[in-house]
This record gives sequence, C-alpha cells and structure tokens, in this order.
Amino acid sequence: MRNTLKSIFKDGKFRLGFGILVFLLLMIFLYPLFVPNPPLEIIGRGTFFPPGVYVSNLDSVSGAPIYSLTLADAEAKRLASKLSLEDRAEMKTYLLAVGVPEEQINIEDTAALLALWAEKYDPKLNVKGMIFAKLQYYRRLNDKLVSLLDSEGLILARETDGVLEKTGQVLPLDYVNIGEVSSVRVLPLGTDNFGRDVLTELVKATGVSLQIGLIAGSIATAIGLVLGLISGYVGGWLDDLIMFFTNLLIVIPSLIILILISYSISQSERGPTTIAIVIGLTSWVWTTKAVRAQVISLRNRDHVNLSKLSGHSTASIILRDILPYIASYVVMAFILQISSAILAEASLSILGLGPKTTLVPTLGLMMNWAMIYQAHILGKWWAYFPVIVVIALITFSMNLINTSLDQIFNPALRE
Amino acid sequence: MADETCETCLSGTNLTKIYAFGKSRTVAVDNINFCFNAGQVISIVGESGSGKTTLAKMLLGLTNVTSGQIYFRGKPLDISTSKKRKEYWKSIQAIFQDPYSSYNIFTKIDDVLLDCIHLRGGRKVPKEEKIAMMEEACRFVNLKFAELTNKYPFELSGGQMQRLMIARVFLLKPKILLADEPTSMIDACSRASILEMLLKLRDEINMTLIFITHDIGLAYFISDEVYIMEHGKIVESGSADEVILNPKEAYTKRLINDVPKIYEPWDLSTVDYHL
Amino acid sequence: MGKTILKVDNLKTKYITRYNEDVYAVNDVSLEVEEGKSLGIAGESGCGKSTLALSLMGYYFAPLHYVSGDIVIDGKNISSLEPDAVRQSVLGQEIAYIPQSAMNALNPTRKIINFIEDVVLAHEPNSDKKEIRQLAETRFELLGLPKSVLDHYPVELSGGMKQRTVIAISVFLSPKILIADEPSSALDVSSQKMVIKMLLDLMDRGLVKAMIFITHELPLLYNVTDDIMVMYAGQIVEKGTARQTVFDPLHPYSKGLMGSIIVPEAGVRNSKLSSIPGVPPNLKHPPQGCQFAERCKYVVEECKTHEISMRPAEGDRAYRCIFGEDVLRKAYNNG
Ligand SMILES: Nc1ncnc2c1ncn2[C@@H]1O[C@H](COP(=O)(O)OP(=O)(O)OP(=O)(O)O)[C@@H](O)[C@H]1O
Ligand SMILES: Nc1ncnc2c1ncn2[C@@H]1O[C@H](COP(=O)(O)OP(=O)(O)OP(=O)(O)O)[C@@H](O)[C@H]1O
Ligand SMILES: [Mg+2]
Ligand SMILES: [Mg+2]
Repeated sequence: MRNTLKSIFKDGKFRLGFGILVFLLLMIFLYPLFVPNPPLEIIGRGTFFPPGVYVSNLDSVSGAPIYSLTLADAEAKRLASKLSLEDRAEMKTYLLAVGVPEEQINIEDTAALLALWAEKYDPKLNVKGMIFAKLQYYRRLNDKLVSLLDSEGLILARETDGVLEKTGQVLPLDYVNIGEVSSVRVLPLGTDNFGRDVLTELVKATGVSLQIGLIAGSIATAIGLVLGLISGYVGGWLDDLIMFFTNLLIVIPSLIILILISYSISQSERGPTTIAIVIGLTSWVWTTKAVRAQVISLRNRDHVNLSKLSGHSTASIILRDILPYIASYVVMAFILQISSAILAEASLSILGLGPKTTLVPTLGLMMNWAMIYQAHILGKWWAYFPVIVVIALITFSMNLINTSLDQIFNPALRE
Repeated sequence: MADETCETCLSGTNLTKIYAFGKSRTVAVDNINFCFNAGQVISIVGESGSGKTTLAKMLLGLTNVTSGQIYFRGKPLDISTSKKRKEYWKSIQAIFQDPYSSYNIFTKIDDVLLDCIHLRGGRKVPKEEKIAMMEEACRFVNLKFAELTNKYPFELSGGQMQRLMIARVFLLKPKILLADEPTSMIDACSRASILEMLLKLRDEINMTLIFITHDIGLAYFISDEVYIMEHGKIVESGSADEVILNPKEAYTKRLINDVPKIYEPWDLSTVDYHL
Repeated sequence: MGKTILKVDNLKTKYITRYNEDVYAVNDVSLEVEEGKSLGIAGESGCGKSTLALSLMGYYFAPLHYVSGDIVIDGKNISSLEPDAVRQSVLGQEIAYIPQSAMNALNPTRKIINFIEDVVLAHEPNSDKKEIRQLAETRFELLGLPKSVLDHYPVELSGGMKQRTVIAISVFLSPKILIADEPSSALDVSSQKMVIKMLLDLMDRGLVKAMIFITHELPLLYNVTDDIMVMYAGQIVEKGTARQTVFDPLHPYSKGLMGSIIVPEAGVRNSKLSSIPGVPPNLKHPPQGCQFAERCKYVVEECKTHEISMRPAEGDRAYRCIFGEDVLRKAYNNG
C-alpha cells in the first residue's frame, strides 16, 4: 500500500490534479486570514470597477508626504494618458483642414503632435467649412492642452464666504509613496455589479460551492450506490421496485423536482446545506442505473459464483467481490456528481431558488449575477471569467486525480 | 431414478432448463436423467452449446431448475432458502473454465487460501498451523507457498491458477467437486498435470468428481463413467471403456472420430464441408 | 529435396516493455521450409510461438524489435526491409498470416466481400470491384465455401465457417507460405476437422507452397504437418519429422511434452502421464546455459553454465541438449 501511494505520487497527472486541489483549498482557508473583509460587503458605488490598486485620492493629495522626483518620461506619460484617442483624431482633422500634409501628422507621437498643434492652432482663424460648434470644441480642447502643459501644477483652494482661505499646490514633480497613503485597496479582480470585491467573493464562493458539491455528491452517490447494488445483485421484486422509481425520476426532469422542492422550502430556510441536500436527493438516478448495470455484469462472474459456493454471505460478497470492481467507477461518478451539483446550484440560483443570496456567495450565484448584469456583453471579464476558471479547475483536478487512482483501484495495473 | 443398488451421490430425474427471454426460448437442458455414484469420476462430454455448463449450474444450485428434480444422497435437493443453500454448498465445490475470471483480482493468494481455512472453521487455529496447512495445500499441487505469498492470482500462469484452485478444494474438502472444463483454457502441456492432480485429490479426500469437457480424450483418460450430451439431451452413457471404445450412438462415434489421434490414422475423408 | 521456400538463420527478436525491459521472446531460431512441406511449431503458452510467427514475416513494430539474423523467402532477404515495405510486398503475397483469434477480430460492421476487396486493393489499387467479386466467388467455390458467405457479416457465421472464411481471405493472393497461429484451438472438434481439411486442401491444390502451423495440441500437429519443431523459452529445442518427434523425442522437454499427450485410444487410459514440474524461465532474465536446466530431471552442473547449441542427430534431425542421443534414450528407457 505504501509503495502504491508512493508510485501514485510519482505520477505527473496525479501531482498536477492534487496540486490544483490543494491550491484551491489553501486559498479557501488562508485567504480570509489576510483579507478578513466580509465577502458580500459592498464597497464600490457603481458597477464593475476594473481590477487594480485603488489609492485614496484625498489621502494621496493631502495626507501623504510629498517627494519631488524628476522622471524623464513622466510628462510624456501623463500627456499620453490624458490625451484620448478621439482628441488626437480631432486634432488631426483640424491640422489637415489648415493645410498640414498628412504624412507630417503622427497621432502616436504625443510630443510631436502637441508641437505641431502649438504651431498651427489659431483660435481666431475661421477654418473654412467648419461649423461654429466645432470651432468651440477646438477652443476648449486647446484650453485643456494648455493647462496640461502648464508646469505650475494644480491649485487646490478652499473658500469660505467667498474668501479664499487656503490654497495648496500640487506640482507635476510631486510624488507620494503608496505605502504612506493611509487608504489603499487592492482589487485584483475588480468589483462586481453590486460593487463587491470579486476576489474575496470568489474565494468564499469556491468554498461554499465545494461544500455544496461534496454534500450533494456524497448523498447522491451513496443513495445511487446502495440502490444500484441492491437492485443489481439481489434482483427480483426489489429490482423491479427500485427500477420503477428510478425510471419515474428519469422521466420527470430532475430540475423540475428540484424547483418544486426548493420552492416549497421558504427562502429564509434555504441555506447552502439545505440546497445541497435537496440536490443530492434528486440526482442519484444515473448513478443507480450505472451501478446496477455494472453489478449485473459482475454477478455472474465465476469468482462471485465461487464465493457463493464457499458460503459467504450476500453482504460479504457485495463488499468483497463486487464493490472493489466498481470502486473506480463510483469515484468517477462521485466527481461528476460534484461538478453537476455545482452547476445545479447555479441553475437554481438563476431562478431565484438557490440559497439565500444575502448570506454567502456561491459560484452559481456569481455567474448568475454577472449574467444578469450583462458582464459578458459589457466586456467586464473579471466578473465571470474567474468563476468559470474555478469551476473548470475543480472538475479538472478531480478527474486527473481519479484517472491516476486506477492503480489503487486495480491491483492488476500496479507495477 | 434414485437407484437403490449403488450409493448415489447426485442424481436427477427429468431435469430440464429453459432460458426464456420474451418470445425466444432456448431449451438448454432437455429432460435428462442421470445417477452419479459416490467416489467415482464422472465425465459429461458435449460440444459447445450442448448445455454442459447449464447442467453444472443447476447441480451447483446457482440457477433454478425449470422442471424435474435433483436428488442429493437419495433425498430431493431442497435449496429454496439461503440457509439450506449454504448447507448444500458445504458439500459441493467447483472449478470453472476461465481461471482469469475465477479469482477476485483484489484478493491476494494468501487470503484466497486463508479464506478456505476460515470457512472450514479454522478461524481460531494458531497462525503457524494455518501457514502449515496452506503450505501443505500448495505442496499438494506442486506450487511453492513461499513464492506465492503476497502475490495476486493474476500474476500466475493459467495452469498455476487452476492448480491453486485445486489447492483451494484440497483445503475445503467437499463431497463433490464439479470441474467445468478446467483445462480448456490451459495449454496441452500443463493439462496433464492438472488432470493428475484432480485424480490425486479425489483419492486424497475421497470425493465424487464431475468432470465436464468437450475433449473426449480427456474424458476417457480421467473418468469411470461417461455421459455424452448433444443439444441438451444425454445420448449415451456408461463406463468409460464401454462408451469410448465401443460407442453405440452415431453422435458418439462422430465425436471420437473427429479427434486427432496418434496411434490410429485420423480420417479426414469423412469431412463434409457443408455441415 | 524440394526447393527451399523459407530459410531463417539465427533469428533473434525482442520486446521492449513499457518499463524499458527487454523480453527475449525469439532467441537464436533457425529453420527451413521446403516447397510442398509443412512445419509444425509446438510449445507451451508464452514460449514465443506467436512472436516467432510475427518475426518470420519481418514485420516489426513496437514493442517488437528485430535484433539479428536473416530471413530469406524464396531467395529474397527480407530481414532488412522497413515495415511499410514489408506490408507492401511481403504480407499477403509472399507470406499470409492468420493471427491467433483472428476470427474474432473481424470488423463486425463489414461484409466478407469488403475484407477481400481491402486485401486486393491494398496490393493492386486499380482493380475492378466486379472482377474481385468474380474471383472471390470462384475461389470460395474451390474451397468448398458457399458463395452466399460473401454477403454475410462476420457475426452471422458459425465459428468454423468464420475461421475458414478468414483462411480463404488470407490466402486470396496465393502467397508462398501460410502461417496459421492456433487456427482451430477455439473450435469444436468437428469444425476443427473442417478447418484442418481446408488447410491441407490449400497445400494439395498448390494455393500455398508451404505452411507453418502453430499449436500446443501435439496430436493435431502430428496429423497435420510433416515436420515438428518444439519451442521452449524462445528457443528451438528439437526439430525432426512428426513421427520422430512424437514417438522418439530426444530433448528432455519434448519427452515430457509427448508424455502428456491424451487421446481417446485404448492404452492411453492406463499409461502414466508425465508432467513437467516447475515453470518456464522469465524471458526478461533468461538463465545462463540451458533454458530448461531448472526443470530437467537429468540436469548436470555443466547445463547451467554452458551455452548449448543445436546438435545434429541421426535421421536428419537436431536437438539442443548437452547429452548425446544414446545417453538420452537410455535414460528414458530406465524411466
Ligand atoms: N444465461 C443464459 N441465458 C440464455 N441462454 C443461455 C444462457 N446460458 C446459456 N444459454 C444457452 O443455453 C445453451 C447451452 O449453453 P451452455 O453454456 O450450457 O453450453 P455448454 O455446453 O457449456 O457450451 P460450451 O462448451 O461453449 O461452454 C446455449 O444455446 C446457450 O446459448
Ligand atoms: N507486447 C509484449 N510486450 C512484452 N512482452 C510480450 C509482449 N507480447 C508477448 N510478450 C512476451 O513474449 C513471450 C512470448 O509470447 P507469445 O505470445 O509469442 O507466446 P505464445 O507461445 O504464442 O503463447 P500462447 O500459446 O499463449 O499464444 C511471453 O513470455 C510474453 O509474456
Ligand atoms: Mg460451458
Ligand atoms: Mg500465441
């Protein structure tokens, strides 16, 4: 056994699968230690803030010590970031209209463009064929550019009763150290539609969904296994009875049963555990069918016949001569049950029949929120893509582990 | 046909087995009568599909009898409850055709043999004694126990697996051993040793051996009595010398004629391609 | 003496397993088959009979690898050919091979005629399907198979019929040599007889010039082939005519094999069977010296240390043992 375990850990597939799972579990347990904020706290006033480091504007202007740095490319960067692409295109239009040859204008090169603008722009000039509103626009644009180039920086002022009370100046050379700004928040995955930190929410949701998957998967697999074994091995009227119920449940889609059961439980009582149990109780059908088919093909094998002749009890035959042969299969079914339970929870959540939304997030709920707020159409990938990745990682890692466990399940494959 | 003159071990009257699936019906065993005497070696010979395995399963109580009656030691065999079945199974053991599917691949060889000792009430026996018993059983079939410990049955060759089966039977000491084509998947070279071991086992624990085969040569070599089966019916039976050396039925004659021999020429001219 | 069709010299091949171990399944095999003759190969399971058959064709693909030796078919050395070239010009035309359990490997979704078309088209891509059918019908009639078989699926045929069809397909291109690997082991005695009759018919009609027949059933070999070779742990330990090998075996292993023959004939019942104790050596680590030494009744110290090669014996036969034939015969007579 020890050697088998060792050789399993040498298997690349197993290591990868196991590594991913351990990583996810570590995240679930360690992340809250570093970021103790409640996962559903609404921090953003607005939807879908992009991923990044958020620094308090006020604190960086007034609270933190100022350092003067002369960085050669600072001005170019600042200009480049403030001058939008549309502005540049408009500048080009103007320059063309006043007769600058096209090849001289390069809207990528901010400094050259500004130099050309300073040379050619004349606010008094009435460019032919240009409407007044457009000229006004260029005037405003010019003002903006002038203030950008202004090396005096920004004047902050406060007035009381129309009297200038206090002024402060922010110069282009002024820098603050991010570590000294009192309020900084890193949002690696931005915020969601409600303005909640996606990463914190995702870590919590992964934990809850895994829990739902495990509970539901265990229940479904246990029921499926027991019923499948009885129905396949014992046969007779028990088989007929079990198959009757199984077929009944197959005909009625399990989602409908799920909906009915969920609906009959009041929202306030619908925690993740309740939902998991409900999902487990409605999704054992396929496991039963598959286990039964396998058992039927096994029960006429000679080793089972010999076991019977040797006088072993039915329970012992099932445990020793049947179960080990289907163990690998059952584990695979269990893993599929986990992933399908995670998805089933998502479907319920979409219908508003999932767990109470105000307590904990789940992967399904997160997907649901992102879809409803059209994150995919708006290109807010951080709201849904990480969720998909996590669901994929969970199933992928479990399947990798399962395939490499064949050695444990089948001694004939051992080295 | 519970014959009073011989000490019957197993007998059957009008035994029939019909497999029915919806509308299709296969008569696998068709109204047969037999009487197997205690302590003898009885062969049942027939071609593929003649119903040999079906008869074996009925005798073993692994499948229901459609009609007719089996008698065990003169009394009608009653295996209607699981308790009675278990009682019957204490007296009968089997060796099947395919050694590769006869073992649980999750059980090591030691446990296979240990299990037999436990089933015969040896659970409390001290460990050394158990090992001695297993060693004896392995020696009986020319296997070395020391080389088998901690191995799985599938690590052995087909012939060794079947010999291990015989070692099991040696430990279980049943009254009847039913061997269903135990050598048909074994190469001819290991066949002889398995036959000899079966005979040796019969002498050792004084059991009745029911030997099922499609090879009439093997049947002749091993058995006292031979039953020839064709399409679920017994067409001829009698002592081995009588049936093989002086066959009366055309079917038996054909079976014997079709086997390649070494002392007499093998007559190929009778082959009818359009059979 | 007829013309030599197949000549193999010191052929050696090995399997390389998943764990990169070498398995020497064919070790220093030499043989010769003449026109109009058939050769039987006997030996217990796992001794390398099927591997020898594959190796004889020069058709090597992983995990089987060629090590050394020559294979000459009708004057042409094929041991240095690439697998593709072998498939193109040797398989089917020079040598036909019927693998073990070939009859259960037929694609169940295709009709028999499709398999024949495949065989012909693989070698003559421009043949006409109607012509192929014509040819197939004549050939099947010649071999005593009903024409209707051509339009059947494999599952619709009985075991014996299926095996005969497989043989008919394999020899469709009239190869020089037919290698049949256990063609009748899975069949009833009556079907077995039909298959054997068909193989012998093929030889009689000259559809194949020579045949190699592999089986572990000695009485069958005795009745079918002219010569018999006994194989043990990848090596040939004895070769001679069928009669010599069965009734006067020289090598102790062949002696043991012949002593385990069981046939339904008077006399057999009361004779004592001889069985060979022990198991064959592991081909991953073949022992030094004689491969059979461990199980041999007559073993002496030299057997375990000396490499033993084939030695000729009276009557144009050969065997692989340290003892002379007289010594062996005497030992056998004394039991
Ligand atoms: N479980 C089953 N259900 C339906 N038909 C069966 C079943 N088992 C066997 N049969 C049929 O009963 C007949 C006899 O089968 P059986 O297995 O007893 O033959 P056999 O003599 O043991 O053949 P073989 O030599 O191939 O083992 C066959 O026609 C077979 O198809
Ligand atoms: N693919 C393979 N890889 C490694 N070893 C192999 C492989 N195929 C066969 N062998 C080994 O080569 C040896 C010869 O095998 P082969 O199939 O030729 O035996 P055989 O004489 O035809 O046996 P049988 O009578 O069972 O068909 C065996 O010991 C087997 O374990
Ligand atoms: Mg059978
Ligand atoms: Mg083979």
